[in-house]
Amino acid sequence: MTHELKLGAATREAFGHALVDLGRKNPDVVVCDADLSKSTYASYFAKEFPERFIECGIAEANMVAIGSGLAAGGKIAFVSSFSVFVMNKGFEQLRVTAAFPMVNLKVVGTHSGISIGEDGPTQMSIEDLSLACSLAGFTVINPADEFAMKALVHAAAEMHGPVFIRAGRAKAPIIYNEDHTFEIGKAIEVIAGTDITLIGTGLLVAECIRAADALLAEGISARVIDIHTVKPLDREMIAKAAAETKAIVVAEEHLVDSGLGVRVAQVVAETHPCVMEFVGVRNTYAESATPEQLLDKYGLIARDVIAAAHRAKARKS
Amino acid sequence: MTQTKNAGELAVIAKRLRRHIVEMITAAKSGHPGGSLSAVELLVTLYFDHMRHDPENPKWVDRDRLIMSKGHACPALYAAMAECGYTPLDQLNTLRKLGSMYQGHPDVRFIPALEASTGSLGLGLSLGAGMALAARLSKSPSRTFVILGDGEIQEGQIWEAAMFAPYHKIDNLVCMVDYNKIQLDGFVKDILDLEPLTAKWRGFGWHAIELDGHNIPALQSAFAEATYVKKRPTVIIANTIKGKGVSFMENNPKWHGTAPNEEECKRALAELAA
Repeated sequence: MTHELKLGAATREAFGHALVDLGRKNPDVVVCDADLSKSTYASYFAKEFPERFIECGIAEANMVAIGSGLAAGGKIAFVSSFSVFVMNKGFEQLRVTAAFPMVNLKVVGTHSGISIGEDGPTQMSIEDLSLACSLAGFTVINPADEFAMKALVHAAAEMHGPVFIRAGRAKAPIIYNEDHTFEIGKAIEVIAGTDITLIGTGLLVAECIRAADALLAEGISARVIDIHTVKPLDREMIAKAAAETKAIVVAEEHLVDSGLGVRVAQVVAETHPCVMEFVGVRNTYAESATPEQLLDKYGLIARDVIAAAHRAKARKS
Repeated sequence: MTQTKNAGELAVIAKRLRRHIVEMITAAKSGHPGGSLSAVELLVTLYFDHMRHDPENPKWVDRDRLIMSKGHACPALYAAMAECGYTPLDQLNTLRKLGSMYQGHPDVRFIPALEASTGSLGLGLSLGAGMALAARLSKSPSRTFVILGDGEIQEGQIWEAAMFAPYHKIDNLVCMVDYNKIQLDGFVKDILDLEPLTAKWRGFGWHAIELDGHNIPALQSAFAEATYVKKRPTVIIANTIKGKGVSFMENNPKWHGTAPNEEECKRALAELAA
């Protein structure tokens, strides 16, 4: 059967709605933004809770440490900006003021990956998962659609400790529904399959689903796994997929050198070594164009997942 | 813990802290004596007179908070906290050794009573602004104090925070610059001059008080004044002497980051005798 993937809201907008829900539920939730709240959708929270919204101006490093101070002072502090700015400019602040003391800071990076489009590569974060995963003690989440985002923002607020949540600018295909449950650290088997496993995260989960549909038409049964929690990884589900399908493709809107793929490969190497292929951005920065043109040019669509699956299958047999 | 308004008693505690600092760094064979000795009166006046805190209950929600943003001066902070009773006095000489709670730079993983892990310069004022904001949002009387080094404020983030705090009218925040005029490579004015320093802070909207950072009564009245300044934060530009109290260390860049040997330690302790 073919999965019909309707276009839903951008995950950044789902984040904005989730923040408002959180604000209504918990008076300790505070939000900081660095003059991008209309783009990150933190503006929804600012409108309803102006006294708990702290505009930091264009000073991301300062914002991260202010957020850590708010968290150290007992608040559940969200700081949001474009992923590339909050992670790259705020990295050492995240390390010393959030990761060292394990404060209750929730960092939300929107406009991640290359699907931001026309704004071009200075605004694109293709190394944020790598940076976030290198912060000891951080939990790293990359939701695939609006339902995943809403549920995981709530889950992040409920757990104690620093969290990075990655969001996208583009509208995201709907994979789940309102009733789906999400647990931090537990990957989701979206499609069952036996010949190969396609692991996606974020926007690339939908491409893995499309690829699985096409592969099935060729007689290849592909399992699809959504890894929404990049750290800590669901080792059990990865090991099971490696043992049962003996071939894995990992697809992500991130540099292949340092993202989900290498982290999955580490688990595979430690459990059931098998053939692996990787889909992602390869040792370059992208450019200005529409999101669709960029995902096509830089090899991040179902076509590329299918090609990787064929390579993996060929190496497997 | 004794808290006192008596400047003479505070001066006695200050001398005791200086002896701890010299002994700790000598035992560690590395560390930063100069900038520890210059910050002593700031810490003594805060911990033993001005701040509302309770070593028996270090996580008291409404406590005043102190961030030693110039983390390399932690021997002074450790000595003050140990004298207060937060941490053991008899372990001060384990500074920088494996397993010691007295890490080379302050680390909350080892001393939970610390308000912040510091050591990477430039972060503390933003953190302090966040803590002060949290207190304001919670309607807590808690106030936050941040000690910056003079070299430290060459970091750009300090000026991001300096712009942020007055704009947000954070009046439960007091920042101090330990202006001892020396940093690792030499004199501040020869590396990246800060002047006109007080005018810079005033230009950013702070209530600025310039004083002799070793004058305890002056510090007492400055902290009292800061309490009454509303709608903006206060900065205290504390003119200090690097290596204060040990004649051969005073005003000499060598003692930014050099430990005294046993013989130098003896000479220093003789000068710091009660």
